[in-house]
Amino acid sequence: MENPIIELVGLTKLYGSLRAVDHLDLTIERGEIYGLLGPNGAGKTTTILMMLGLTEPTSGKVTVCGYDSTSQPVAVKQKVGYMPDNLGFYDSMNALDNLVYIARLNGIPESVVRQQAIEMMDLVGLSKSMYKKAGTYSRGMKQRLGLAEVLIKQPEVIILDEPTLGIDPAGVKEFLSFIRQLSRQQNITVLLSSHHLNQVQQVCDRVGIFVEGKLLANDHIDNLSAQLFSRDSHVVLISLAATLDNPSHYREQLLNLDGVKDMSLADSSVEISCTRNVTPDLVRFFVEKGHDIMAVSRKEYGLEEIYHRYFENSLTENMSNGKSGSLFQRSFFKRAGK
Amino acid sequence: MESPVVYFKDLFSRGPANEALKGGTTSRPASALQIMIRKEIGDMVRSWRFIVLLILILLTFLASMYVSLSNLRTAASNAPDPNRFLVYLKMLTTSDGTLPSFHIFMSFLGAILGIGLGFDAVNVEQSSGTLIRLLAQPVYRDNFLLAKFISPLMVITALFLSLGLMMIGAGMLITGVPVEAGEFLRIMTFILLTILYVAFWLGLSIMLSVKFKQATTSALSAIAIWLFFTIFYQIIVNLIVKACLPDPAFLSPAEVMDENNLILNILRFSPSQLYTDATTVLLMPAIRSLGPLTMEQLAGAIPTPLSYRESLLIAWPQLTGLLAGTVACFALSYYLFMRREIRT
Repeated sequence: MENPIIELVGLTKLYGSLRAVDHLDLTIERGEIYGLLGPNGAGKTTTILMMLGLTEPTSGKVTVCGYDSTSQPVAVKQKVGYMPDNLGFYDSMNALDNLVYIARLNGIPESVVRQQAIEMMDLVGLSKSMYKKAGTYSRGMKQRLGLAEVLIKQPEVIILDEPTLGIDPAGVKEFLSFIRQLSRQQNITVLLSSHHLNQVQQVCDRVGIFVEGKLLANDHIDNLSAQLFSRDSHVVLISLAATLDNPSHYREQLLNLDGVKDMSLADSSVEISCTRNVTPDLVRFFVEKGHDIMAVSRKEYGLEEIYHRYFENSLTENMSNGKSGSLFQRSFFKRAGK
Repeated sequence: MESPVVYFKDLFSRGPANEALKGGTTSRPASALQIMIRKEIGDMVRSWRFIVLLILILLTFLASMYVSLSNLRTAASNAPDPNRFLVYLKMLTTSDGTLPSFHIFMSFLGAILGIGLGFDAVNVEQSSGTLIRLLAQPVYRDNFLLAKFISPLMVITALFLSLGLMMIGAGMLITGVPVEAGEFLRIMTFILLTILYVAFWLGLSIMLSVKFKQATTSALSAIAIWLFFTIFYQIIVNLIVKACLPDPAFLSPAEVMDENNLILNILRFSPSQLYTDATTVLLMPAIRSLGPLTMEQLAGAIPTPLSYRESLLIAWPQLTGLLAGTVACFALSYYLFMRREIRT
């Protein structure tokens, strides 16, 4: 941690009795692309708002570019470009004027402001529609305009809150690769929050998984999956031609095999976790029982699985605590049972 | 976005060096507040809302001017009136009863104007997501609030100043009477007072727009406050006075006077009362007091108009009251806004 540009120490934010952010410690280095992941309501946006001084932490400290975000927000905002998840523009002004207004507020001299804004519109691919009213812009165009606004201030840190929300997949890819290119070339630190895991996976150097105000994991994606799935490092997925008739019977036999820890069944595919790679034994087992195997695969862990894993954990905790998190499930099951 | 980074790099490299080259030609960049005010005024004068309010005020102004001009001859030839020769003040105050005079009109139009220009100042920006974007720029929060307050004030100052000057000009053309210095001062103070009155309602509605998330809620509550003070406040005060204070028929004259003064003072909590009191004193120099006067006090009085300074002294408490109300509203919106969470 030789060159931290964003430092959060013991950051806590309470809304009444609700802990939106709970003793968060996080360090982000210069030039890094950091992905803040978590479900809706996990406290991602609140954390970002505290970094920008737009809301005050209940306790703890945020330092961005060497400035305290709570006491010197203006100094922080000079260095940080922020794109909120819900982009609003002055609909009665055209897009260029919107951009020029923001550029002026950032102290870009009057003599060059219009020219720079036009160049920036060109850069984000909006040069054809820059004289249109911002109210007529589509979601994707607004996103680009938002990016232009972030870039025109020439920031050291870019914070993007759900930047991929509402853009089509091709647009997302383009957008993220642009962000990555930018970060690498200009050594700009990027912090992006998202609940779209696979998209974030493509660009982030590190990710933090954020559930209910707590940072559950904070590392490279590879390390994360290694950490998380060490207890059952091998998962083999076997698809059979027909559904098993007597699963509990097979379960017992399978668990007796050396190295097998657990098995689960969904329709005709069997998922088996084991401590070492026992795929040949498993195949042999099913063949001997006279089953037709359609496919055998070893499971690779992406962010999706990591995420679900964490989710699962917090969900089971909730259920054991009898919290309302499982309300939906309960009512659903009740109806199914009738 | 084909090969953007090359492009972007170019943009970055033209940094300080290039700006320094241009330094000779560019003046000091405008402050954030100036930029915001400029934008706010630009937005406002183009908005339909302002145009409607402007038409409303122009219409009432023209209508009341028409009525007063057509009655000016009778008013100016009314011999017992000591200030019948102050033609320009007469233009603002004369009425034949068909329409209230301009300053009475303004006591409720001013409130509408202030509420109309301020009720959605903050909450609409917040709900449309422009506030968070704006405050993510390196600007202080109070700049935003100040811009929201100052820019409507600048516009209405220009509006009322031009209305007043136009009236004086038109009056000169029509009557041929030169305007006296005292009259001019009084009219200017009247305009200042009107601006202050609008500022009070503006401050109140901005405060409500900070407080309430919905523009309709803040507009309705501002209108409710206004209606309360213009209609219900007097009724309520009268009710309470009848119920609590003794019947004046059984009191000595001195006690009756105290009671009347008390009622008047309670009524003066209403901003429109303050405004009407102050403008009446300023525009009708013959008025010597806003409260009851005893016969002893009037005994030696010569029926001449008061000087500007004396009228101003009588209206001074009202003036400061309005100013205090405005400042209080603004301070409260400051308090509510400065540390709140900005979120859409």
